[in-house]
Amino acid sequence: MNRRPATVPKPARRARPAAGRRREALRAVMGTVLGKQPIGSAFVAPYLVFLAAIFAYPLAFAVYMSFHDYFFTAPGAIVDRPFVGFDNYVTVLSDPAVRRSFLNVGIFLLINVPLTVVLSLGLANALNAAIRWRTFFRVSYYVPYVTASVAVVGVWLFLFNENGLVNTVLGPLAPSPSWLVNSKLAMPTIAIYVTWKQLGFFILLYLAALQNVSKDLYEAASMDGAGRIKSFWNVTVPGVRPATILVVLLATVTGANLFTEPYLLTGGGGPNGASASPVLVMYQKGIEQGNPDLGSAIGVLLVIGVLILALIERLFVGKDD
Amino acid sequence: MRRLLPNPWRFLTLLVGAFVFLFPFYYMLIGSLQAEPDPTVRGAFPEPGNLTGQNYVEIDKAISLGQSLLNSGIFTGGVILGTMVFGVLAGYALARLQFRGRGAVFGLMLLVQVVPFQLLTIPLYVMIVRSYGLADSYLGMIAPFAINSVAVFIFRQYFLQLPQELFDAASVDGANELEILLRIAIPLVRPALLTGVLVTFIGPWNEFLWPFLITKQQDLQPLAVSLSNYLTTVSARAANPFGAVLAGACVLAAPAVALFIAFQRQFISSSLESGVKG
Repeated sequence: MNRRPATVPKPARRARPAAGRRREALRAVMGTVLGKQPIGSAFVAPYLVFLAAIFAYPLAFAVYMSFHDYFFTAPGAIVDRPFVGFDNYVTVLSDPAVRRSFLNVGIFLLINVPLTVVLSLGLANALNAAIRWRTFFRVSYYVPYVTASVAVVGVWLFLFNENGLVNTVLGPLAPSPSWLVNSKLAMPTIAIYVTWKQLGFFILLYLAALQNVSKDLYEAASMDGAGRIKSFWNVTVPGVRPATILVVLLATVTGANLFTEPYLLTGGGGPNGASASPVLVMYQKGIEQGNPDLGSAIGVLLVIGVLILALIERLFVGKDD
Repeated sequence: MRRLLPNPWRFLTLLVGAFVFLFPFYYMLIGSLQAEPDPTVRGAFPEPGNLTGQNYVEIDKAISLGQSLLNSGIFTGGVILGTMVFGVLAGYALARLQFRGRGAVFGLMLLVQVVPFQLLTIPLYVMIVRSYGLADSYLGMIAPFAINSVAVFIFRQYFLQLPQELFDAASVDGANELEILLRIAIPLVRPALLTGVLVTFIGPWNEFLWPFLITKQQDLQPLAVSLSNYLTTVSARAANPFGAVLAGACVLAAPAVALFIAFQRQFISSSLESGVKG
């Protein structure tokens, strides 16, 4: 190792001439303005430029478009794009397809979020013991999360189509019309698919949180005669509450971003828009039909919706303390 | 039995879980090798008479796997390169250098993680495709992902853990900050660099919406995009559509799954760390 001894003697300070002292003073002033190591600004500059160009500016641009009559033009063309107030918002909110998509994502979250919390906490808790094949289990739960949705969608289509393996196994119990073409089951099927796909990530979050729950609390609980189930409820669940808040928020944001699954699993949000997500409608209106102003309005509404939902969920799950 | 499996129910639950998670992958592989799609229960087991590599030939003919994989590789490689150069610089500065605005940059980095990327799709599309004319280009594909903020965060956490004396000693010896970073700090955080590469890899490799929006030319499309186009348009006309789609799916999934299994330790620790500390 090229590690140096911790204490290196500093070179002895010599008395400095006046010019040196002035330079020192200048450095001190610069230090308070720019910080002790101003080179740091240069190091973060590319990242800062990236954040400004890819996040801050587009965010402001989306809000701007949503309040203007904005349309695609040839690059460099100068056209008038009048301010239209809330017109775009009124247009999208009175569009049944848009309203349906927000309802759909609501159904999605209602299934996906509780299922994610319960299953990932349950599996993480089971995995947190000294158990055989621990690494194997951890890896197998994580595999869907690291695989492209496009790839996994292929096999789900094979499993859940009219004559697929799932219906073959279910026999007379198979739903008709089949899962992904049934307007009542399409969205729940997508919600279960996404839960399955993301679960591994949330299991790891809970596994990390479980390491922070004090062993003493479990001992105290068992001294009080609490069984395994009771100590799970009274020690584990409150102990991982900060992680639960994180899981709920991340699952909500992921759900609000839903696009690939309705686009591919149900052939573009079918049947009849029963599984269209807001991002899918945003893509159809904003890019396919060439109305970026309407698309931006949907995007802004979606973010406001997620923020409100996040606040409600936070109150519901409890304070992080 | 009791000694072998101290808690059989727990083990059984985990085993059922593992089956649910792994079976679709197994079925993907089996399905990609079937000459005739067989959705019966028996079809879930390999049948020597029904095995073929023809589906891989079929999908290669339709979307040219080599070119698609190359495009995915360039897209992913560009993002990894950007993250390893500029992300490491940013992570180092955020951890070890005192400069004006450091707190603000750190706050911004955390904020970015909660901005839903899809909201930015429309303005980014207008900017990159319409204003800058970067449709059907690798640059346009890479730009929105160029520096992975999660990786920057991981780098910062690792740089923070290095002992301060190391840096004091080096600066007394007259090394400048760039030399300290390259010669002292980076060699000490090698595991973090590997973790950063892995975390960054799954983003662009699996990304669908963005490259789908900006690539219309088939010879520039990453595999996720060309496979989904095949799924939505061409497959209806193919002889064994499921077989070909599943063959493409296997090719798309294999690198990510293999990489993850090979380096699972780094992957899991990184997720844990960013989860707990983030």
